[in-house]
Amino acid sequence: MKRIYVNEKWCLGCHLCEYYCAFANSNIKNMVDALKDVTIRPRIKIEELQSISFAVSCRHCEEPLCVKGCISGALTIKDGVITIDKNKCVGCYTCVLSCPYGAVSPSDHGVMQKCELCTQNGGEPACVKGCINKAIVFEER
Amino acid sequence: MPINFIHPEYEVIRDFNKCIKCRVCERQCSNEVHKLDPDHNIMTADDSKCVCCHRCVSVCPTKALKIVKSDHTFKTNSNWMPETITEIYRQAESGGVLLSSMGNPKPFPVYWDKILINASQVTNPSIDPLREPMETKTFLGAKPNKIERDKDGRLINNLPPQLELTLPIMFSAMSYGSISYNAHESLARAARELGIYYNTGEGGLHEDFYQYGANTIVQVASGRFGVHKGYLDAAAAVEIKMGQGAKPGIGGHLPGTKIGSDISKTRMIPEGTDAISPAPHHDIYSIEDLRQLVYSLKEATEYKKPVIVKIAAVHNVAAIASGIARSGADIISIDGFRGGTGAAPTRIRDNVGIPIELALASVDERLRAEGIRGNVSLVIGGSVRSSTDVVKAIALGADAVYIGTAALIALGCHLCRSCHTGLCNWGIATQKAELVKRLNPEVGYTRLVNLITAWRHEITELMGCMGINSIEALKGNRLMLRGIGLNEKELEILGIKHAGE
Amino acid sequence: MNYVIIGNSAAGIGCVEGIRNIDKDNRITIISDEAQHTYSRPLISYLLEGKTDINRMKYRPDDFYKNNKCDIKLSTRVTSIDNEKKTVSTDKDEIIPYDKLLVATGSRAFVPPFNGLDSVPHYHTFMKLDDALALDNDVKENSRIFIIGAGLIGLKCAESLHYKTKNIIIADLAERILPNVLDNECASIMQQHLEEKGFTFMLADSVEVFEGKTAKMKSGKTIDFDVLIIAVGVRPNTELVKAIGGNVNRGIVIDEHCNTSLPDIYAAGDCTESYDISADVTRILAILPNAYIQGECAGKNMAGSDCIFNKAIPMNATGLLGMHMITAGSYDGVTHIVKSDDTFKKLFVKDNRLVGYIIIGDVLRAGIYTALIRNKTPLDSIDFELIKDKPQLMAFSRTDRAKFLGSVV
Repeated sequence: MKRIYVNEKWCLGCHLCEYYCAFANSNIKNMVDALKDVTIRPRIKIEELQSISFAVSCRHCEEPLCVKGCISGALTIKDGVITIDKNKCVGCYTCVLSCPYGAVSPSDHGVMQKCELCTQNGGEPACVKGCINKAIVFEER
Repeated sequence: MPINFIHPEYEVIRDFNKCIKCRVCERQCSNEVHKLDPDHNIMTADDSKCVCCHRCVSVCPTKALKIVKSDHTFKTNSNWMPETITEIYRQAESGGVLLSSMGNPKPFPVYWDKILINASQVTNPSIDPLREPMETKTFLGAKPNKIERDKDGRLINNLPPQLELTLPIMFSAMSYGSISYNAHESLARAARELGIYYNTGEGGLHEDFYQYGANTIVQVASGRFGVHKGYLDAAAAVEIKMGQGAKPGIGGHLPGTKIGSDISKTRMIPEGTDAISPAPHHDIYSIEDLRQLVYSLKEATEYKKPVIVKIAAVHNVAAIASGIARSGADIISIDGFRGGTGAAPTRIRDNVGIPIELALASVDERLRAEGIRGNVSLVIGGSVRSSTDVVKAIALGADAVYIGTAALIALGCHLCRSCHTGLCNWGIATQKAELVKRLNPEVGYTRLVNLITAWRHEITELMGCMGINSIEALKGNRLMLRGIGLNEKELEILGIKHAGE
Repeated sequence: MNYVIIGNSAAGIGCVEGIRNIDKDNRITIISDEAQHTYSRPLISYLLEGKTDINRMKYRPDDFYKNNKCDIKLSTRVTSIDNEKKTVSTDKDEIIPYDKLLVATGSRAFVPPFNGLDSVPHYHTFMKLDDALALDNDVKENSRIFIIGAGLIGLKCAESLHYKTKNIIIADLAERILPNVLDNECASIMQQHLEEKGFTFMLADSVEVFEGKTAKMKSGKTIDFDVLIIAVGVRPNTELVKAIGGNVNRGIVIDEHCNTSLPDIYAAGDCTESYDISADVTRILAILPNAYIQGECAGKNMAGSDCIFNKAIPMNATGLLGMHMITAGSYDGVTHIVKSDDTFKKLFVKDNRLVGYIIIGDVLRAGIYTALIRNKTPLDSIDFELIKDKPQLMAFSRTDRAKFLGSVV
């Protein structure tokens, strides 16, 4: 399946992926309306230290500990894509405890959110489209 | 603190209705123009640091930014222009030579834009390049004067070594040092993919790029940086650099701060030392001396590789070219005064040398007149900006063109002409690792391939409309050109008629 | 091939998914003594609070059994296993044959024989959906609640009642709250938070005697209550396996394949003992992730695969009245404490490994620590100072990072 891969060699630490992610998942048509004066909660996040930076988002593990450990059955894996049913999630944070990459985080509404490869947003993930240096790619490997 | 006489040349205009304070402008500006003011929670800009490179404008996700030229003004004066006054302030403050980068920006005539191309109508058919074959293949190198046969009448292969190009365009000399590793990789990969050549410049060849040797022209310049047997062996051709269009008659200077470990190794000089290319080659004071170097290099490469001699377009370029054509060189490359550079004294860049169009026409004419045009191929550069410039250059007599600035623009260069600061925001003219990484060669090489592919389409289209189906038939075909708005003398030098004639 | 699964919670469901990973067709029979479609046990406190409802707390969708070709027998209790004949008998007088059997019988609330307990008109435990519904029925606005047991069950129960009544007293024999999850220092932080929210704790104390709706404590205090909840602990349901001679300590003994000591009988979940790799001891790890993974592992093996689960560790993620807390591993070795305005963190390091941690407050990305414990990552192979400060992949080598983010995991 196609996955998001991050090559830190090309990451510029510009954080645009975070903003494009937040915009894509805002369900608002205009980026300014979606993000102006908003503290964003992106599903992809940059780690940076001095000159090193890279983006971290859900790896869509083949043996996902978050799904296996999810106490509510909100996290599921289908066709390799791990999604979260916000309606079922109670925000217990067991997925935060389980995820080896720290890629699940709380949403504005208390329940958890994570990268779902923009399956709800249509087409290529927004972070990939928005990456200005091809540090984030979406491909079959 | 002394009075600062210099008013910012550009102003950063931010549409605060659109700014989402993502701070990408701040993170991406190596000149530290943008900053978040935490007290007022707004983005601010220090216009005085802006070099107008458009990095921030390009990456701003909401397109909230633009850069405008300041309308701050001096009292109108047609003699003492604002730029002139500012330069005096600058020198009065620094006591130094004014430095600039890239090509001559002054409003000298651009002859390409005063030349028009012919098209076939009725009496000779035009050709549709999508339906009929178009040959853009080009061979560079000396051509034999006559056919030779052995005693049995069989042809003797007396063809000197040639460079084979899929179309008559090459990437011109830009050294590793003046441009970044990733810019080099982009050029090298693109040259390989396109079936053309790129040129190392005088900075040596990084060991990672030996794999592109079959598409590499290596340069031997006055500093002899990075020249050794492996370097010559790796290449497809060797270029002796006598001069450069942007700064004819002077040498080069890469400051020690840019000589990091990788560059030091590639140039074969100690880390941190200034890389000074002398103005002349200290062993060349005559065509005879040049001939010695040409043959030394041929000897070193077993006569298997063409040797190119590159000169800047200067006043008596035709006579010099005539001498070079007799020196054993296979190819002459001429660099016009609008050619780019990573750093040059402003006065030299803007006032020394001549336009490449005139130099090309007069050299081609002179070599033909002397019956030695076949001794050499002619490659010209120094601001070839488009496919039409290429077509016009070929019709004026060039065998191929070098493009440098156009290639850099494809890589993202916005011609801010600040290469000499080493802070290139586009990762091209810099050696700072965090800036170099901004040019992902995967992206860069694709853009170069796209550019040349686009030009190839346009060139065949233009050839088709002239009714010409091979580059060979266009070469030196000045009848395909007409001047517009040129005086008698210019037309005479260019060897073309005026439009309407 | 007949698969039979006793138990319809996380381990049982894990088993179904494990089997179906490999065997798409053969019949699976699930037997449950509860009446409900599979639901998430730990969600009962969220149900009381109104953060979920009976429909949303289903552990798997309504069509789960159908899609996975399972026969589900609800409200049916298995009374015995015949491992000679390979059958199980139920309280409905059914005899169900199996080729491979999973025992996922879970655990039950333990109610100690308190003096005078029979004088209390009614008491509650807090394990199952029915318990929650009964409790919800009994607790009124401003009811006086008395909970015995300040463990996770007791406190989650208390939290879930907090919106209805502030009269909540929680007693525990131990000196601290959450005695099995936190150490003294961390427990006192959480205790202070909960006291600020209105809970009353009576620690190191227990009931001397009940007299109707009054508890007389050993300390001499007297507590009048309307609703009594006993949450002192759970006991694994091991009887079925024990009766046929299967190896049972405190829980059912299983190997890395989740096989019991009896052929073709597997066990998973709260009824079993696990090998805790963080402390190198065998203990009961009654936590949902463990149950699911064991069940899945057992299921794969029942279907003929060779699956090993050897990464069990204790771990918990809990929020109590707005304060989040994540813990994992064992609290042994050298401690590293990191404090900030809103967070208290304790890391336990032993033999160049992280063996346990407790975070109260900002728990984001704690899973990176969990992975260190689970993978027994040598701490000298990462930048420990960096990761101590906050969990981050930056602490790993460039090669490891490339592996994490640039390859299929």
